[in-house]
Order: sequence, then C-alpha cells, then structure tokens
Amino acid sequence: MAVAAVGSTPRVKVAPWNDPVIRGWVFQIIVVGLVAGLAWYLVSNTIENLARQKIASGFDYLGREAGFEIGDTMISYSPASTYARAIWVGILNTLRVAVLGVILSTILGTLLGVGRLSPNWLLSKICEWYVEAFRNVPLLLWLFLFYKLISEAFPGPRQAISALWGSLFLSNRGLYFPVPMADPIHKWMGVALLVGIAGAVVLHRWARKRQEATGQPFPSISAGLGIVIGLPLLVWLAAGAPSAMSWPALKGFNFEGGTVIQPEFTALLVGLVLYTSAFVAEIVRSGILALHKGQSEAAAALGLSRGQSMRLVLLPQALRVIVPPMTSQYLNITKNSSLAIAIGYPDLVASINVTINQTGQAIENILLIMAAYLSVSLSISAFMNWYNKRIALTER
Amino acid sequence: MSNKIMAATAGIAAIVLGAAGTAHAGKELDAIKARGQLICGVGIGTAGFNLADSQGKWTGLNVDICRAVAAAIFGDADKVKYVPLTSQQRFTALQSGEVDLLSNNTTVTLTRDTALGFDFTGVTYYDGQGFMVPKKLGVKSAKELNGATVCVAPGTTTELNLADYFRANKMTFKPVVIEKVDEIRGAFFSGRCDVYTTDASGLYATRAANVPAPLTIEDFIILPEIISKEPLGPVVRHGDSQFADIVRWAQFAMIEAEEYGITSKNVDEMMKSDNPVIKRILGVTPGMGKALGVDEKWVYNIVKQVGNYGEAFDRNVGMGSPLKIARGQNELWTKGGLQYAPPIR
Repeated sequence: MAVAAVGSTPRVKVAPWNDPVIRGWVFQIIVVGLVAGLAWYLVSNTIENLARQKIASGFDYLGREAGFEIGDTMISYSPASTYARAIWVGILNTLRVAVLGVILSTILGTLLGVGRLSPNWLLSKICEWYVEAFRNVPLLLWLFLFYKLISEAFPGPRQAISALWGSLFLSNRGLYFPVPMADPIHKWMGVALLVGIAGAVVLHRWARKRQEATGQPFPSISAGLGIVIGLPLLVWLAAGAPSAMSWPALKGFNFEGGTVIQPEFTALLVGLVLYTSAFVAEIVRSGILALHKGQSEAAAALGLSRGQSMRLVLLPQALRVIVPPMTSQYLNITKNSSLAIAIGYPDLVASINVTINQTGQAIENILLIMAAYLSVSLSISAFMNWYNKRIALTER
Repeated sequence: MSNKIMAATAGIAAIVLGAAGTAHAGKELDAIKARGQLICGVGIGTAGFNLADSQGKWTGLNVDICRAVAAAIFGDADKVKYVPLTSQQRFTALQSGEVDLLSNNTTVTLTRDTALGFDFTGVTYYDGQGFMVPKKLGVKSAKELNGATVCVAPGTTTELNLADYFRANKMTFKPVVIEKVDEIRGAFFSGRCDVYTTDASGLYATRAANVPAPLTIEDFIILPEIISKEPLGPVVRHGDSQFADIVRWAQFAMIEAEEYGITSKNVDEMMKSDNPVIKRILGVTPGMGKALGVDEKWVYNIVKQVGNYGEAFDRNVGMGSPLKIARGQNELWTKGGLQYAPPIR
C-alpha cells in the first residue's frame, strides 16, 4: 500500500455525495436513465396510440402491390410492382438529379467564380449580377418559373420543334432523342470502360513517379483519356460496330422510341444547378482570394506555365479553403431536390407521400425517408471529409 | 420539405406525444362542445364543393355538411372553423386530431375505413371518375387514350383507378402527378398533359370555373366513360361513436327533410304540421334529440340555417349554380336516385 501511495496525495475520506467520482457516476446514470425512460415512453405511447386509433403499423405494406404509376423511372416499374420498388424508383430519381446537380453546379460555379475575378469589366459584372440574382430569390420560385417556361413556351408534341434532320424533337413533353438499341455488347463496353479508368489511374501514378525520379514529364492526362475512350471503342469495333438506333417517332398522342428528358426533370435540374452554382461561385472566389499574390508570382518565377501554376501551385492551396463549404452545398442540392414535389418530378418524397396516403402508415414512411436522406447525406459528408484530408496541408 | 411532410410530422408528434387515454363515447364531442367550435377539414378549392370567396367565407356542398353538424351541436351553423387540406394532407390531419371531421370529397374505401383508423358516416355525393380532354385532340372515348399523358392528383383513389383502368384495357400512359390542384390544372391547360382525370363532379367544376382565357368551356369535352364508383362522404376518427352518430344523422336529416318537403323557407309553418312523422323530425314530438344527445330542435336548426339536401345540392352544384350538374344518382330514392335516409324515429 505504501508503494501505491507514493507520488499521490493521500485520499481524504469524504462523504459519498461529496466525492466527485461517485457524483460523476451518479449523474451519468441518471442522464442515461432519463434518456432511456423517455425513449421507452415515446415508443410505448406511440404503439398504444396507434392501437387505440386502430391504425395499421409495421413494414408489411412494402411487399404489397403499389397500384400507382410513376411517370419517370430509371428501372422497370409498373403499377403491379411493390411499394418497396416504388420507393426505390424514388430514391434513384433523387440520386440522379442530385449527382448531376453536384457535377454541373461545380463546373458552372467554378467558371462563374473565376469569371467574377476576371480583369474584364463586362465579364466580371455579368458574373456578379448572376450571383446576386440567383442566390437572392427562393429556389421554389425558380423551379416554378422554369417549369412554367417549359410547359407554356414549347409547342405540343404534334407541333414539336425538330432539329438535326428529324432526330431531335423538342416539345412540352420533353426532349426526345435517339439512343442505340439495347445490345449485349454494351455490357462489355461498360467493363472495358472500367478497365480503361483503372489503367489511366495506374498510368498517372507511374508518370508521377518517373517525373519525381527523373524530372521528365509525361502527358499522362491525354494518354489516360485515350485509354478510357479507346478501350470501349475497340470492344465496340471488335463486335462489328452494332449501330442500330431507336428513333423517336410521333405515334398517337406522343413520341415513341428513343429516349426522353422530361420537363419536370429539366426544370428541377436547371433550377438546382443555376441556384446552387451562385453559392459555389462565391466559395470558389473566396478560395482564390485567400491566396497570397506571392504564390502566383513565385510560380511564374520558377518558370511554370499559367496552366501549370494553376494546377500545381494555386489550386491545391485554394481547394483547402473551398472543399469544406462545398460539402454543405452538395448536401443542400440533395436536400433541396425534395422541392421536386411542387413541380411533379417523381422523387423520393413523391413516392413516400403517395405511399403514406394509400397505406396510412405515416410513421414507418417518415422513418424510411429520414433514413434515406440521412444515408445519402452522410455518404456525401464522408467522401468530402476523406477528400479534404487528402488535400490538407501536410507539414514536413 | 413539403407541406405534407410537415403535416405528417405534426401528426406523428401528436401520435407519439399525445396522452394515451382510453377511448370513451363522447370524448370528441365533449372537446368540440368545450371549444365552442367544430373544426372541419375541407378541400383546397373546388367550385361547388369547397371554395373560399374573397372575404374568406366558405361555400359548397362539403361546407354545408360541416354547417349542418355545427347546427345540430350548437344550434348555430356558423360555429365552424375550416381547415383547407390537400389530398395528401387530409388523412394525417384527421388521424392526429387537427380536424374533428373531414368533409372534402373523400371516397369511401375499405382500407380507409379500417387500416387508417377512420369511420365513414354516409355518402353525401355519388360520384365516378371521368376524363377531360381538349376538343382538338379529336378523342371520343376513353378507350382511345393509349399512350396519353395524364394529369392526376397524388394519393387519391383516382390515381389508383387510373392505373387499374389502363392495365385492364391493355393500354399505357404517362402520369404527371402534382399535389396542388391549381398546379395540376395549370399543367393540363398548358398542354403538358393530354388528359385530366378526377371525379366527374371535379371535372365539371374545373371546366366551369378554371379554364384560362382565351380558351373557353367549349374547348374541352368530358368523355362518356365513368371508370369507377366514387361514393364521397364525411369521415371521422374511429373511437367516438356519439360524434359519428351526429355527423351521420345530420346528413340523414337533410335527406329526410327533402323527402317530406321541409325546406328552409317553409320550416316554420311545418312546425305546426299535424303529420306525426314531420312532428318527430322537427322535434315537436320530443325524443329524437335526446337520443342523439343534442337539442330537440336540431333538425329545425339544420333546415332553417343550411337547407335540406335538395336545396344544398341545387345551390352549390345543381341547376342553381354555374356547374349545372344534374341530380342523377344523387336524386332521392323516391325519384329513382340513390339518396336514401333511414327513418328518424
């Protein structure tokens, strides 16, 4: 005991309610108990209330026939499909608009942000006005505007505007264009594309190692692009270049064949991209302005070209400022896509709403929709945090 | 997030947090009496059924049902607060107790009566689903609609009937589904859809009141096919059978009054009638009001302030209104229709 006591003050005997260790434990147990009790109360109360009002509960309904049609689906779906599939169609539609929205608003926002810093007075003013106009009007109004523009301004399908020698048709039903007929070789072209991407990554790593070792640059970007495009092309040629196309043609009420980009999707995507890119532009501008002028001067003094100095010196530093707020914008796009309901794009919210109404099971469905948005948002956050760590300043 | 999600969240909060008391007859009724006002869920805006004017005064056949129930409970048809609800908000609003009564063109179905925890009290309007198309399309029958784009409101029996009808006839269609009725009509009139489908009464109301200039009522036709039975009626929460009884008999009283020729104009004279049936209905011979738990003059108040069923029909949707819908199935059973009330005795 004497050994153990060496170096520590001998413990003074105090009453248990004055002992900080015991007190800490007691408080923690009380808090955990309260939280568990509250959760138990809410759950049991909910179950009792549902039973009392004779409202059905449980997730059995997911396997039942949905019975309603959806206007825009990426996977095969019919009214005979299940509620689970209808909800899955909604999730995919939400992801489609979110992914395209993220990519397009990043590109447009970057151009606008750089444009606003341009020494050209006109260009910089145009970009400034764009940003002010789009970020200061609620997104919902932009969506209504674009949807009304498309459905009011374009003619009906029988008077559709045709372009490119009758292969494109533009009407208030959307943009119809030809696509290749389904062919087994498409699967192998997809495989070739993946192989090409992997090859390009390997090539890029090798080129960088060689440059670090010998100082000799290698045009890895154009070579990589060649592999990515070339491999699927070779597979297609090897299969005898099957080029049968499905052409859109007016039949009855509407066009059949080809594929279509529907007005609801277009209005939603355009609205989301134009709105979000205004915010992205400001983030990019702030990232570039955060750099000291000496950085570009030093890069120039080293003899780097403008492109090289942007890619190797300026951008990596600006990205550290840009990436964290961009994560918020990407999350906003995903969540704002739920405004689709106002203009009739069949996203996740739409599928869930109809399911709530037909089954009356609001609690289960709200849990599903929260789980879906939460997993998408957490995935985006996780990816962006990983990317942020990768580009963070490594101190040597 | 949409209104719906907010309404649903509020509803869930009510179900999760609300005290789990035991159901006893008269609980809802006690709450309504204590409040001094009936809270009635109605539709967002369909001429003839539920529509608020520029002063915020609600009129329509559904509104008259709310007024009749208030007249029975309070003796004053104006003691009603109206809550407009979209097709998607209505059920959560009723489940959560946001409204006492839903009178908003809701179709009676088995699922709604059981799994949603509701009770339907009767049928105030026998309807059926139809299709409206622009005349210039040259379509004469619903069987010619293969491949059409159809505007429809979400979360309705209409949406399900539509899918069933096209499946049964081996046809395909593309739906355009928007929650707000103004937006869905706008999409149809701008040509985004070839067809607008809802209950036939709604089609007539839309054609009479919502066609945008320069188009006119003549530019649209309603196809002859009626593809479903849509019995529309008021709904209450399961649990308070006394309140459900009052809603049920308020409507029956309006039908009985029409059958025995009692109108808002002659009801005072009818009080002096020697006919024992009329004396019982109007509470001159007491007993009926007590049995129902309301004032003995409940039918007098309903007829005096709201009118009988025929008067309400004509004023709102019939020949006395811009809609000019014929009585048809909604005629009294004595005149070949389906409106039939059990005797008040």
